[in-house]
Amino acid sequence: MSTRDKILQAVKNNKPALIPLQEIPALLDVTEENPIVKFTAILKNLSTEVKEVDGWDEVIQYVSELKQQYKIVTVIDGVDGIVNDGADTINQSAAALASLDYALIKGPIGIAENGAIWLNDKNLPNRLLPFICQHLVLVIEAKDIVSNMHQAYRKIQVNEEGYGVFISGPSKTADIEQSLVIGAHGPLSLRVYIVH
Amino acid sequence: MKVGLFVPCYVDQFYPNVAIATMQLLEKLGCEVVFPLEQTCCGQPMANSGFSHISEGCNKNFVDNFSGVDYVVCPSGSCTLHIKDHLHVEGKEAEAEKIRKQVYELSEFLIDVLKIDHLTASFPFKVGIHSSCHGQRGLHLSSMSERVLPAFSKPETLLNMVKGITLCKPQRVDECCGFGGTFCVFEEAVSAKMGKDRVQEHEDNHVDYITGVDMSCLMHMEGILKRQHSKVKVIHIAEILNAHFN
Amino acid sequence: MQGTTTHSEKAAQFIANEPRTDWHDDTLWFVRTKRDRAAHTIEAWEGLRATASHIKEHTLSNLHDYLTQFEQNALANGVQVHWAADAAEHNAIVHSIIKKAGIDKIVKSKSMLTEECHLNEYLIQQGIDVVDTDLGERIVQFRHELPSHIVLPAIHLKKQDVSDTFHEHLGTEKDNIDPSYLTHAARLHLRDKFIASDVAITGVNFAIAETGGIVVCTNEGNADMGVHAARVHIACMGMEKMIPKAEHLGVFLRLLARSATGQPITTYSSHFHKPRKGAEMHIVIVDNGRSRQLGRADFRNSLKCIRCGACFNTCPVYRRSGGHSYHNAVAGPIGSILAPNIDMRKNADLPFASTLCGSCSNVCPVKIDIHDQLWKWRQVLMKEGYGGSGKNIMMKGMAFVLSHPRIYRMAGGMGRKVMRWMPWLFNNKSLNPWYKNREMPAPPKQSFREWYQQNKQ
Repeated sequence: MSTRDKILQAVKNNKPALIPLQEIPALLDVTEENPIVKFTAILKNLSTEVKEVDGWDEVIQYVSELKQQYKIVTVIDGVDGIVNDGADTINQSAAALASLDYALIKGPIGIAENGAIWLNDKNLPNRLLPFICQHLVLVIEAKDIVSNMHQAYRKIQVNEEGYGVFISGPSKTADIEQSLVIGAHGPLSLRVYIVH
Repeated sequence: MKVGLFVPCYVDQFYPNVAIATMQLLEKLGCEVVFPLEQTCCGQPMANSGFSHISEGCNKNFVDNFSGVDYVVCPSGSCTLHIKDHLHVEGKEAEAEKIRKQVYELSEFLIDVLKIDHLTASFPFKVGIHSSCHGQRGLHLSSMSERVLPAFSKPETLLNMVKGITLCKPQRVDECCGFGGTFCVFEEAVSAKMGKDRVQEHEDNHVDYITGVDMSCLMHMEGILKRQHSKVKVIHIAEILNAHFN
Repeated sequence: MQGTTTHSEKAAQFIANEPRTDWHDDTLWFVRTKRDRAAHTIEAWEGLRATASHIKEHTLSNLHDYLTQFEQNALANGVQVHWAADAAEHNAIVHSIIKKAGIDKIVKSKSMLTEECHLNEYLIQQGIDVVDTDLGERIVQFRHELPSHIVLPAIHLKKQDVSDTFHEHLGTEKDNIDPSYLTHAARLHLRDKFIASDVAITGVNFAIAETGGIVVCTNEGNADMGVHAARVHIACMGMEKMIPKAEHLGVFLRLLARSATGQPITTYSSHFHKPRKGAEMHIVIVDNGRSRQLGRADFRNSLKCIRCGACFNTCPVYRRSGGHSYHNAVAGPIGSILAPNIDMRKNADLPFASTLCGSCSNVCPVKIDIHDQLWKWRQVLMKEGYGGSGKNIMMKGMAFVLSHPRIYRMAGGMGRKVMRWMPWLFNNKSLNPWYKNREMPAPPKQSFREWYQQNKQ
């Protein structure tokens, strides 16, 4: 018998009688009164700069300013005045991307209770982008902010693509004496645009 | 109402005043109190050491002593919890089950069964409350800092009925004192350190007394206080609820 | 237990440095208070815990089917699935994947399973250069130590210790103890490792049966940096990591970080389903005693554990004895109920490293009855004879006295007399451990029983 079969047999022999699975209780899913306010407050607490803007003008201007000084990649679709140049990174190695200063990426959904923004392979021509850049800018439309994780998982399909990630704040660590340090292995900073 | 007084073995031997206060208090509140003379111990020292399989004789003796009363009341949360969770006797399971259901720690008996809402006691001192774990987390005598549930405390409700008392809580409101039964000798270093830390918080609050529902925790803290030549004393809740200072 | 140093001995050594013990205790208590604040922001917290517990109990009751379903879906996603009965097989599988890739430098993000299997030791023996990329793990790796906490691996170390270690290994300025400076040095050092490594090993926080995917949670971003830079991703998981559906992640991710560190969620919650084009992804599913634990009715629900570490932070014993005193990959209260399943003799002392205060069970996000299981392990271990003969004789003596009321009364009366007449016998630090730090209670002349007989009968 293979190890696989032995393990599965042992599990089958030893597991208790079936306990039927219940639905997740509705009472866990409390809708926030003002998801954008909550989302903003949580992210600010997580050392994230949050910019709530009407329309795309400010984002467009920010992208063009960055472009003049830094090496940046922008993965934002369907906005006049912003060029999505993500595809250029598809085959780039970690060594090539290591010098990337900024990545600007638009996510399809944000979560008020924890400030997380979902990205998957659709928004990530190269999976390294939001990790290897020195600074990350995430963009979310105000209408795409839900209250909590239950609502988020109803909206996304986790296996729609090969990879997806919730990102909430810049990379950080408190492994040295519980002192919080922003900027561990991933980005040193995160800025989030909430676009109305 | 016939109450069988269950006195923990170390209270019987070392802290008779706690048992006397408990008895007098219950009598004052109208209970008929009997003390079954052949009682010894609940068996917890063996069971918590992993030897519940040899506590049969002790358990049987407990059942023999406490069958035939309406309630079993004990001035200790820990011993009460042990009886509630672990009293089993082969051949006398019905009696054991009855006792498991009718055994009460003193403060929960006063609140839940006697439903008292006032006391004549007075105790004009500053008193630090020690929340004993088995009473709190085991018997749910009070809410717990870890849980997201409404706050309450049966011992505190009772202490608040005492005239002249000033209650005071440590910052870590319900951390264990480190007694832990035989833990106090088998893990002596941790036990003593936990006790020192607990006592320090009460010292910082400048209390006159530390009180609680379990004399075992208090005995442990008393040992540390005395070693440190502290002015802080320990006193069981029964002694405060039965106290008359003018 | 015999022949090795027990928890109580190691704890005594730890406590011998009292200021450092106080610092360790305060630091972890601070994490516990952050957890409390986070929990209190969720009105339905207790409901979340109950739901998480239910999902895990259900999963364990159907684990065979879920493992099979998970494997099928993972295979369909183009992932290679391996099965390991024990630590040795796990390590051999990981090594064979690395060898096949023709690589001798690998990066590894945090995985308690690989700690449990002592993978690092094994790979290094095979000539593989393993770099732990979690900052805390890298620190302890440099120092040839083991993690002392499952979430905060270097929590036993102070800034100065880290500064000394980095000065030696990374050439940082001597005595610069600024955590930002030290973290930045590690960032630069590890970025080079990420870029240079073609194999990345990660742990697994959750494995989703219905989709065949896995979820890995980090704050530093090291798991993702490693995996996306490498050609081969090896994810190692204990088989209890299974959850039935993706929607259940909503429940667990709400609980995990709040319980662990008081954060609303970890910075990165990465969902891996398929390798990127041109890359490989392997999942190694490990038993290593878990199927045996599943068969122990009293202990099986320890397998609900999601490794948040909340029970460590709240445990008054852990905080004052440090993770290394538990001599097991997983320390703390949860480690003390997992370890005896792996080796009863070696770990017979661990269920006794607790006052049974119950705080661990109260903070547990999946409602494992940890303190009850500690009590139950004590019964199993002593019945099996792992307590040693001294303890056995003592307890038998105690049981005899307590089941004979007359002997009990005599012994009690005599004991108090001896205490009064020969206090030196008790007030003796070598004979009586109690007396080392505590005075004995003053023996009264009369027991309650004697008072009762005199006054009430």
